[in-house]
Order: sequence, then C-alpha cells, then structure tokens
Amino acid sequence: MMRTKKITGIDNIYLSFMSAPGMLLILVFSYFPMYGLIVAFKKYSFDKGILGSPWAGFSNFEFFFSSESFWPVIRNTLLLNLGSIVATTIASVAMALLLYEVTRSLLIKIYQTTLFFPFFLSWVVVSFASYAFLSENLGIFNSLLERFGFDAVGWYSERKYWPIILILASVWKNVGYGTLIYYACLISIDKEYFEAAQIDGASRIRTVWFISLPFLFPVLTILTLLSIGRIFYSDFGLFYFLPMQSGMLMSATDVIDTYAYRTLRILGDFGMSSAVNFIQSVLGLVVIFMANYAARKIDKDSALF
Amino acid sequence: MKRSFRRRSASSIVNVTLMCVCLLCMIPLLAIVTISFSNEKMLVDNGYRLLPQKFDFTAYKYIFSNESIMVQAYKVTILVTVCGTIIGLLATSLFAYALSRSLFIFRKLFSFLVVFTLLFNGGLVPSYILMVNYLHLKDSLPALILPYLISAMNVLILRTFFRQIPEAIGESAKIDGASEWTIFWRIVFPLSKPALATIGLLILLVYWNDWWLSLLYIDSPKLLPLQLMLHRMMANIEFLRSNIGNLSGLNTSQIPSESARMAMCVLAAAPMLIILPFFQKYFVRGLTLGSVKG
Repeated sequence: MMRTKKITGIDNIYLSFMSAPGMLLILVFSYFPMYGLIVAFKKYSFDKGILGSPWAGFSNFEFFFSSESFWPVIRNTLLLNLGSIVATTIASVAMALLLYEVTRSLLIKIYQTTLFFPFFLSWVVVSFASYAFLSENLGIFNSLLERFGFDAVGWYSERKYWPIILILASVWKNVGYGTLIYYACLISIDKEYFEAAQIDGASRIRTVWFISLPFLFPVLTILTLLSIGRIFYSDFGLFYFLPMQSGMLMSATDVIDTYAYRTLRILGDFGMSSAVNFIQSVLGLVVIFMANYAARKIDKDSALF
Repeated sequence: MKRSFRRRSASSIVNVTLMCVCLLCMIPLLAIVTISFSNEKMLVDNGYRLLPQKFDFTAYKYIFSNESIMVQAYKVTILVTVCGTIIGLLATSLFAYALSRSLFIFRKLFSFLVVFTLLFNGGLVPSYILMVNYLHLKDSLPALILPYLISAMNVLILRTFFRQIPEAIGESAKIDGASEWTIFWRIVFPLSKPALATIGLLILLVYWNDWWLSLLYIDSPKLLPLQLMLHRMMANIEFLRSNIGNLSGLNTSQIPSESARMAMCVLAAAPMLIILPFFQKYFVRGLTLGSVKG
C-alpha cells in the first residue's frame, strides 16, 4: 500500500513534467486570447495593454452595428457556409456510395487518392488555379466562351457568379475528405445485409436506399450538425485569396473572418475588429452548444461532449 | 446472363462517373502545371491552355538560376516545417501520454482544458495582441512556429491511441523500477510509431501549407514563407519582376512572368502532393479518427 502510493507520487511529478510544455502552450495561445476578448469593451491602445486601456462600453459594437458592412458580412458568412456544407455533404455521400460499388482495390485507391489531392493544396495554390480559369484576358473560361461565340465575362468584377464559384471551390477542395469518412463508414457495414438483400432480389438502387443510406444517416447528421456548429467561422483562405481582393466583389465575398482581418491589419481599427471578433466567438459558442444538444438527441455517443 | 450483363453495365457507369469526377479534381492542377511549362509568348498571345502548345522550361530555368526570393522562401518554409513538426510532435505526444494515464492527478482538469478550446476561442484580435504586444514576436520565425505546435484535436487523437495500449505492459516495467518517462520512451513510443507518423504528417501539412501566420505577423521579405510569397506574386506582378530581375541584372521585360509564377506555384505545392500517395494510409487514419470522435 505504502509502496504504490509512493510510486504514484513520483509518477505524478513525471507526468506533470511531461504535460507541462503542451499545457503551457495551450494556456498561452488559447486561454490568454479568451481573456483578451475583453478588448471588445475597451478603447485599446498598444502602450497601455489590455488591462490598462480605458473602458469603452458598447461603443465598438455600436460602430459595427451601424456600419453598412454589418448585414452583408453576416449574410455572406451564413449563406456561403451553409451552401458549402450542404453541397459538400451531398457530393461526398454520392462519391462514397459510388466508390463503394467499385470492387477492384487498385481502382478504389486511385480514385480515393485523386479525390483527395485538392485537400492537400493550400488556398493560395488554389487561387492560382482559379486565376488560370477566370483571368479576364488570358483565362481558360473566357477563351472557351469566345471560341463558341459568346462574350467574355469579367469574372473578377461581376458579383453574381461568386457565390457559386466559392461554393464550388469549397466542394472541390473538401469532397475528398468527406468521401473518405463516409466510405470508411460504408465499409464497416456488415456484408450480410447486402447479401440478404441480393438473395431477396433487391435492385442496387434499393439496397443503397434501404441499407447504405440508413447506415450513413447517424454519421451524416452528426457531421453536418458539427459543421453547422462552426457556421460563424469561415475558411479564411477561400474568401481572401480566390477573389483576389477585387473591390467590386467585396460585397458578395466578404465574410466575418475576412472583415475582421481587414479592419485589423489594413485599417488598423482595433475597436471595430475586436467587436466583430467578440460576436463571432460568442455566437460560435452558442451555436456549437445548440448543435451538440441536437446531436446528443439523435445519438448520445456521437455528441462532441 | 441478363443479370450479369446489367451488373457489368452498372459498374461501368460507376467507373465512368468516378473517372469524370477525378478528372475534374485534377484539371485545375493540370492547368497550373501546363502554364508553368508553356512558352511565354504563346501564353500572352493565345491565353492559358489546358494542354501546352509548345514545351518550354524557361520559367524553371529562371527560378533555379538565380539566388531568387524563391530559394529564400523555400529555406524559411523548410526550417519552419522541420522545427514545427519535431517540436510539435514531441510536445503533443508527451502531453497526450500524460492525459492517457488513469493515475495522473491532473488528467481530468487538463483534458477539460484541452476539449474546451475546441468549443471556444478568443479569435483573431486577442491572438494578434498577444503575439505583437505581449510576446513581441512580430516579424520573427517563432511567430510562424509557436501557435501551431499544439492542436487540441491531435492531442485527443493520440490520447485515444495511447489508451488502447494495455496498461499491464507498463505495470511490469514499473515493478522493475522504470519511471513514467522511461515507460514512454522505451515502451509506448516504439509501439505507437504508426499513430505518431499520422500525427507528424498532419502537423507537417499544416506548417507547409500555412500562409495565415505569415499574413498576420511577417513584414520582412527575408522571412516570407513559400505560400505567402506566392500570394504576393499573384497580388502584384511587379513584385515578381523586381525580385527576380534585380538579382539577376536582367531586363525586366524579358522575364517570363506568367509562366514563372505558375512554376513557383508548382514548386510550392509539389512536395506535399508527392508524399501524399506514399503516406495516404497514415493521413486516412488520422483524418477519420479526428473527424468522428476525439
């Protein structure tokens, strides 16, 4: 008894020592910024720091709410993210179901790797590719349009195309990842279900509808809910690099993250960007709790917490 | 007979569809590669094409022949990626191991603190203030490394993995007087090589592809990593001309700027794309684990 207790004490010292670097990094880089959220209620100045800066009440928020960017930014964030979530989920499930029908393992591997390629590219690289297609005088799209007798399109100045372009780009980059997860889910289904269905003479479409989809449903719901839980956070690179900072596209492509970045780094307006930032963090927390509550209702084990 | 015919035609429809989708996935990449190997004059006259009209390696020759900003950016990225991956993997695995031990007194507290960061974070502005005003790391290499060393998700994935190793293995070593430190290095570490490779690759990918930290914190051109340098090239073609031109003493109008910038893009993306097929197994494991449950 004495012996075990003594060992535990020493072990705890070792384990504390081993977890120290990781814990310290988390405290500094995750918890300090949480405390720093109070700058949204301050008139921040570099010399005085977070504590020393004078309180500003809600004035930072008033500025943001009354600015003309407020609604477009919130609307773009919600709609574009929702569009990407829906489109990526549908595409990933469809690809996973198709992949499941392939029997040769070499082909499966080739398809999976190819679908996965875009996931490993940074948004900067993707913006080069999109430029190759959309460039106004050299782009591939415009030369195709001209060859078939249509007028060239000013892709970087026409707002109306961008919601579709951004959602397609997001699907393109993330479909491999989604496919991977749903496919992993499909191969865990017991083969006997499919064999039984085949003996009963069920067509392929019917087995997909009555066996595969019901099996995917819990994972699909949970993953969708979790991505909806992060709906106030956007994939910054997509919205920052692809439109090439074209001023004419701003009202269609600006989201909370790019707006906060621009007000902070380009305009140097700490008040405004910290207000946006605060709203994002707090709404993000609320939404993820709601999503988790819903996930827990559907399947207790799949909830995040 | 009829049945098997139907089966076969169904499977060819599946294959054709998948091939088309895969083609769509590759076309943007193909466009970049093609342009990088194209003749500059042809590009300017005829626009970008998906298949090269005439092969031309001039763009690559320019990039490699000069002590250009590209080489400097490569150095920065490699340095940051190597340091970040090694230190990050070390800190993550030690932390995850401690959290996996049921006897550790801070296990619950620390685990909660880790999980909570997945739900709530301070975001851009406070992180920026921390880095610039409190740590004074603006325009320095540590600014590109420190923030990504520990990711809560990676800690949780590794913790789950370490838990699957039976504690009995450690118990016998403990009777022989081994400390937790020794057990980790002698027993757990060698047993977990596949999991560590997975996490290591995920960290590597994050560092290699990162432009966010440099966008926020780096001003000096000497410290620009690849991804952000590429972005600068795209945003401003003059930046490209002046940076290649000045160093090599060339007439700036001779520089194949259209193809050169795509060539830089290829060189920046290539390392990750080359390792993907070889390590796909590890990536797949880490990503499926991370998505479903921490």
